[in-house]
Amino acid sequence: MRIWAYGDDINTDMLFPGKYTYTCTRPDEIRPHLLEDLDPGFAREVRAGDIILAGRNFGCGSSREQPVVGLKAAGIQAIVAKSFARIFYRAAVNQGLLLVEAPEAVAAYQPGMPIEPDARAGAVNVGGRVYTFPKLPKEILAIREAGGLLEFTRATLKARKGA
Amino acid sequence: MPMTFAEKVLARKTGKASVRAGEIVTCKPDRLLMHDNAAAITDKVAKDLVEYGVADAEQPVIVLDHVIPASDEKTAANHKKIREFVRKYGIKHFYDVGTGVCHQVMVEKGLVLPGMLAVGSDSHTCSYGAVNAFATGIDRTEAAALLLTGETWFKVPETIRITLKGRLTDLVTAKDLILTIIGQVGADGADYCSVEFSGDIANLTLDDRFVIANMGVEMGAKNAVFPVDEVTKGYLRSIGVNRTAWNAEWADAGATCRRALDYDLAKVIPAVALPHKVDNYRPARELAGTDVQQCLIGTCTNGRASDFAVAARILQGKKVHPRTRLLILPASRAELERALDSGDIQTLVAAGAVLLPPGCGPCLGAHQGCLAPAERCISTANRNFKGRMGCRDAEIYLASPATVAASAITGTITDPRDAT
Repeated sequence: MRIWAYGDDINTDMLFPGKYTYTCTRPDEIRPHLLEDLDPGFAREVRAGDIILAGRNFGCGSSREQPVVGLKAAGIQAIVAKSFARIFYRAAVNQGLLLVEAPEAVAAYQPGMPIEPDARAGAVNVGGRVYTFPKLPKEILAIREAGGLLEFTRATLKARKGA
Repeated sequence: MPMTFAEKVLARKTGKASVRAGEIVTCKPDRLLMHDNAAAITDKVAKDLVEYGVADAEQPVIVLDHVIPASDEKTAANHKKIREFVRKYGIKHFYDVGTGVCHQVMVEKGLVLPGMLAVGSDSHTCSYGAVNAFATGIDRTEAAALLLTGETWFKVPETIRITLKGRLTDLVTAKDLILTIIGQVGADGADYCSVEFSGDIANLTLDDRFVIANMGVEMGAKNAVFPVDEVTKGYLRSIGVNRTAWNAEWADAGATCRRALDYDLAKVIPAVALPHKVDNYRPARELAGTDVQQCLIGTCTNGRASDFAVAARILQGKKVHPRTRLLILPASRAELERALDSGDIQTLVAAGAVLLPPGCGPCLGAHQGCLAPAERCISTANRNFKGRMGCRDAEIYLASPATVAASAITGTITDPRDAT
């Protein structure tokens, strides 16, 4: 498992350039362009189970969801950051991607330390120390646990139809 | 208990007497905006739409603006797919290529009105706070789910109150004010928050308020909003909206806010946001002499007739410097027509400007006016992120239409007060 560490204000143009937003929509089209303008080696080297670590305001900028869709498809286990921009946070819930908002854990991280997030417990282990993070409210957790918003919506519509 | 603007709108939409910041509510937005991304959105739920249909054909608004006219076969096919969706499902509000940038179209067609709740699959949906709407951006997946159910969830935001005092001085604009505010509070200073603007807002035109609300997301805000006053009412009358069509909302006296800030408009000076962050504030004068290869006046932030009027006043009888180029990108056909009627577009074109169709074009680097490596652009758009205008090795400086016009004459960043 590799930890990809970045700084503050990582915006969605860095995560997935705007010039591709109308030509790349499927996960396989998005993947080769992930973090293209931030870290050109990322798309080639990222592996399932890897973690992204970042500073404040991760995912700010455009509402494009390709960064979340692409990172989920690449198998990113979690993004651990000091804070997230709100549209990105919502997009991650909708795709079922785990976001860990834990500023102290990020501050404590040193290169080489292992990171183990535990979504159920709302805790993240960084180099042997455990930091807690706010768990999602139950209404929102239900969306992530359904596998994402579309799955949640389909289940809701089906139940309504059956009722 | 007194309530904020955001609490009042979300309480009303939820059918509750009151809601509090932090609470999660589910309700039906009055509007769901989509643009060229409507094809990708409807693709996600194509089968579900066949089974369940669109929840409410009055709710979605689709405006083709991001890559217009189509730049290649793929974007053309994308537009075609959207037109077919609109016809098949009887979508009531559809605006084809050339009408304008979605946010400007939403406001000028009266699709968003005071007190409304609007969501859009575009981050600058927050613009509609200019006309007292609670408006915020969402992602494509959420827009897809909304097409099917008509509803979504909201976390009631905390509020930041910004009180504006006095009046802006000559050649200083609302853009300078919002760049100054963002420079001070930071790119995440209003994260998850509702930002309420009040005070001497009578001194700000509706266009000014649009600029400010449009850039709310650049400080992380969920929405940015102004109260309704005579300026708003006059604007709504001018676009033919009946007074009975809307119910304005505003914060109660004593409503809780996380932070309160005051700005003296008379002290604001021409501002520039340096690459590659919108909160990278610097007075324009301190950048004098920095050469720019491209100047852009337009976009949903600053592409209205009033923006072209200030630019034309500066460029009247002058020429664009031979070492730079000037692009004009109107926010809508209606704004373009107004600027043609006033003669300001003719002045800009005579000075050497290139007129682009009303749309998003160069702002997101998809086509029209992309930059080359090591080039610098001074732009009235809302974002200067690395790679934003199509090239990761180019630089974008954000400024007001007055500053960009003054810079077009000299080919270097120029405070408009120093333009002669």
